[in-house]
Amino acid sequence: MGDIQSGGNRSADTMTGDPLVRVRNLQVSFRLDRHTSFEAVKGISFDIPQNTTVALVGESGSGKSVTSLAMLGLLPPENSIIARTSEIVYGGSNLVTMPIGELRKLRGADISMIFQEPMTSLNPVFSVGWQLEEVLRLHMGMKGRAARQRAIALLGEVGIPEPERRIDAYPSQLSGGQQQRVMIAMAIACEPKLLIADEPTTALDVTIQKQILDLISDLQKRRQMSVLFITHDLAVVGEIADHVIVMRNGEIREQGPAKAIFEAPQDAYTKALLQCRPRLDRRPMRLPVIDDFIKGTGPQHTEERPRGIRAGDPIVLEVKNLGKSFWSREGLFGKREFKAVKDVSFRLPKGKTLGLVGESGSGKTTVGLTLMRLHEATAGEAIFEGHDLLSMPAKEFMHYKRRIQIIFQNPYASLNPRFTIGQILVEPMHIHGIGANAQQRTDMAFELLARVGLPEVSFYKYPHEFSGGQRQRIAIARCLTMKPDILICDESVSALDVSVQAQVLNLLQDLQDEFGMSYIFISHDLAVVKYISDQVMVMSEGEIVEIADSDDIYRNPKMPYTQRLLASIPKGWHGQAAPAR
Amino acid sequence: MAIDTAALADGARPVLREIPHTVSPGLWTLAWRRLRADKVAMVALAIVVAFIVMMILSGLGLIAADWQREVGVNYAPPSFVGPDEAATPVTQAVTPQAAAPAGPAYQSKVVDPIGDVIASLKAGKVPGGPLPPETTEEKSVDPLADVMSEIRADKSVEAKAEHRVRLATLPLGGDKWGRDVLKKTIKGSETSIFVGIASAVLATFIGTLLGALAGYYGGKVDDFLNWFYSVFSSMPPLLLILAVAAVLQHKGIVTIVLILGLTGWTGVFRLLRAEYLKHKAREYVQAADAIGASNARRMFIHIFPNASHVVLVQLSILVVGFIKAEVILSFLGFGVPVDVVSWGSMLNEAQNELILGKWWQLVAAGTAMAVLVTAFSIFTDSLRDALDPRLKGRTGA
Repeated sequence: MGDIQSGGNRSADTMTGDPLVRVRNLQVSFRLDRHTSFEAVKGISFDIPQNTTVALVGESGSGKSVTSLAMLGLLPPENSIIARTSEIVYGGSNLVTMPIGELRKLRGADISMIFQEPMTSLNPVFSVGWQLEEVLRLHMGMKGRAARQRAIALLGEVGIPEPERRIDAYPSQLSGGQQQRVMIAMAIACEPKLLIADEPTTALDVTIQKQILDLISDLQKRRQMSVLFITHDLAVVGEIADHVIVMRNGEIREQGPAKAIFEAPQDAYTKALLQCRPRLDRRPMRLPVIDDFIKGTGPQHTEERPRGIRAGDPIVLEVKNLGKSFWSREGLFGKREFKAVKDVSFRLPKGKTLGLVGESGSGKTTVGLTLMRLHEATAGEAIFEGHDLLSMPAKEFMHYKRRIQIIFQNPYASLNPRFTIGQILVEPMHIHGIGANAQQRTDMAFELLARVGLPEVSFYKYPHEFSGGQRQRIAIARCLTMKPDILICDESVSALDVSVQAQVLNLLQDLQDEFGMSYIFISHDLAVVKYISDQVMVMSEGEIVEIADSDDIYRNPKMPYTQRLLASIPKGWHGQAAPAR
Repeated sequence: MAIDTAALADGARPVLREIPHTVSPGLWTLAWRRLRADKVAMVALAIVVAFIVMMILSGLGLIAADWQREVGVNYAPPSFVGPDEAATPVTQAVTPQAAAPAGPAYQSKVVDPIGDVIASLKAGKVPGGPLPPETTEEKSVDPLADVMSEIRADKSVEAKAEHRVRLATLPLGGDKWGRDVLKKTIKGSETSIFVGIASAVLATFIGTLLGALAGYYGGKVDDFLNWFYSVFSSMPPLLLILAVAAVLQHKGIVTIVLILGLTGWTGVFRLLRAEYLKHKAREYVQAADAIGASNARRMFIHIFPNASHVVLVQLSILVVGFIKAEVILSFLGFGVPVDVVSWGSMLNEAQNELILGKWWQLVAAGTAMAVLVTAFSIFTDSLRDALDPRLKGRTGA
């Protein structure tokens, strides 16, 4: 079912007829405290036609999720205000002014929703069958055998293998992808006219994402329903949307048929979104950032950056047969071994980047944490300047600790909320005795703030006053205080918006050019890894599947697993996926 | 406040570069702002502060220092009730010792137990006159006559009888010996609040330390501390308190603080252990590990400020609980010694007085305790709301 939507006529006949939902001048604000409120959606208007997929694209804070919640009346009533003049017309009635009882009848039956996190959206104490049957009981009045038969049919429809058996499974017994399928089954159980999908694939691996996208577009065709697909990733949308709406800061920047948006974007912001994401076919010296387009200067430094390693490159770190096992208790005395990393060996050349790709559970993060000795390795060695980092006593390792640093995935969790940025930056220098006195350390902290592009005032602020991208810059500055030789980036840009991602990637690249650091870049995002890495290592189930220069691996993957992984990357609009040169 | 973590993080680092900046509100500042917007919490806080000020003033001897003085007639009713009609004459002879504010040992242990005997003697026999000579009938009837004669001899030698007016009513009434209940209540707050706060601090300290160790290190340390915790929490708390009280023979405020502190840490332990378990896996703690921060540094400089709101709320809950516990202990007679007054011992006395219809001591001590405990509880609730991390970031930039 992979190429259902590849026909060229998909958006031709969809804009005619009465729209299913008509949104006019939707305005939503949130009360922050007694005196201030924040306008999240600033009077937007759009239509969702019958039998189409409409994509609502925007970065965090654009108001896209607020819009969808407003359509279902799911905004928290205590602090959200929908303006009286707003209209969300469905089936001739305005959902904004509709009594809550009637709205509840619509929800789940006519309009249903799937959420980002399938793990938290299903109730863990009931079997999936029970939860599906509940929906059927409440909205369709089905009971007993009929409901069960219908539930089995639905599970089959969303592609759960052996639905007769799986219907009695509990959510924890299913994989993330299967859980999302169950959520979709619940959402389509009552044959809704409109399915709202809020970032339904963001939490999933790339191969699973592909399957879910295919499923949604397949269901949309078969059920003749409309889908409102909310996402931050334009590439995802390119494959399934008929109509695209780009939002920023609560306003619609541009809307139109997918073809027009992708091939001839009018708005600077839309152009920026399309360009900022690293592409598989090109590798400019610097990624374009949003300011380039907003200011109208266009992308800078677009010449290609050469990548790859040569045989003569000096090696800073050599990892041999690294292994890490976790033991879980079983019974009274038994232990079961789970091998997270099995026999991993690689060499990291100086000033180069090793990309580490794999799906969740492949052991890629464990490799990083083990090298830092945040987890103790169970086997193997890591040779750095002639010493094995993994077997040396903890005291001796302290001298090497500052030489290898790590930037974590979640910039919201990796900075201590009770420390000011100044304290965060000075602390490592204090611990390692870098800088002669407090004066020098403070000066160095100010220099680094300037280096990562943050204003000096940041020194006195707390982490919660910064955005995700800024926090990641702070985390980078913290590592730089110790002047490490090796920097491990553990999904460091995965949680960031596309435009911010480009800025942080550019910063990392600049710093590598300047200080000659080596990076181990861990990510599930193949396009990002392709952009930043000289060499790519693909991992699956704790083992290395393939390791090669990044251009080779993308152009010419040898192993079937790598091929499957690469085939799953969202291609964006088809016109774009073809080489531009 | 933010300054605390600053000092902890880099030993009182001076601000070495002056650039124009506004001081960013730390989480404590934000919490305080939220708290200040809460009117009920502010009223409650004002009441609590008033009680604490009262306690400090009384501790310094600035108010209610002469609480042991018998200023009123026995069981003098509160002013708003009016004097007792059947009361005895209002002028009585009082010895200098009895009038002296200090000298509790002699006064309470020797004089007070038979104070009413003396009082009735004085009142009934020679109003306004010197003590009567000993009579033979008295000796044969009264088993305490010997003691009485000694006292009388003492007084007749060294003390000249002093005449003073005993009041028929007192603001909140008088007790059995005519001591001012208002002053007793004030003096009693000293014991009750001090015991409440000191034992809560002790219990919170023990609970926090053990909880931090158990949660942070896990494994064997956690197993052992959990076992220890289970042993403590498997016994009914009151029984445990009584057992410790029986072992520690010495009666006194320090003893009560120890009893309550050593038995009350379990709740704090459980919560702090959970907090540390949660935080040690957080990325900022891993990041601290990555930059080379030691275990102690991670535990107390990185994690502790992030768990400190839990500690503060627990402390506040424990203060309320321990004020009540002290009252119960004193009421049961395991509490403060007889020469010290606490709300509990007042309630204990009131037990007998109530039969005679003298309700004011009960009401005074009971009301004081109820007002303080209620205010403190309300404040604790608001404090917890203000510190709720879910509200974090909403007021952020």
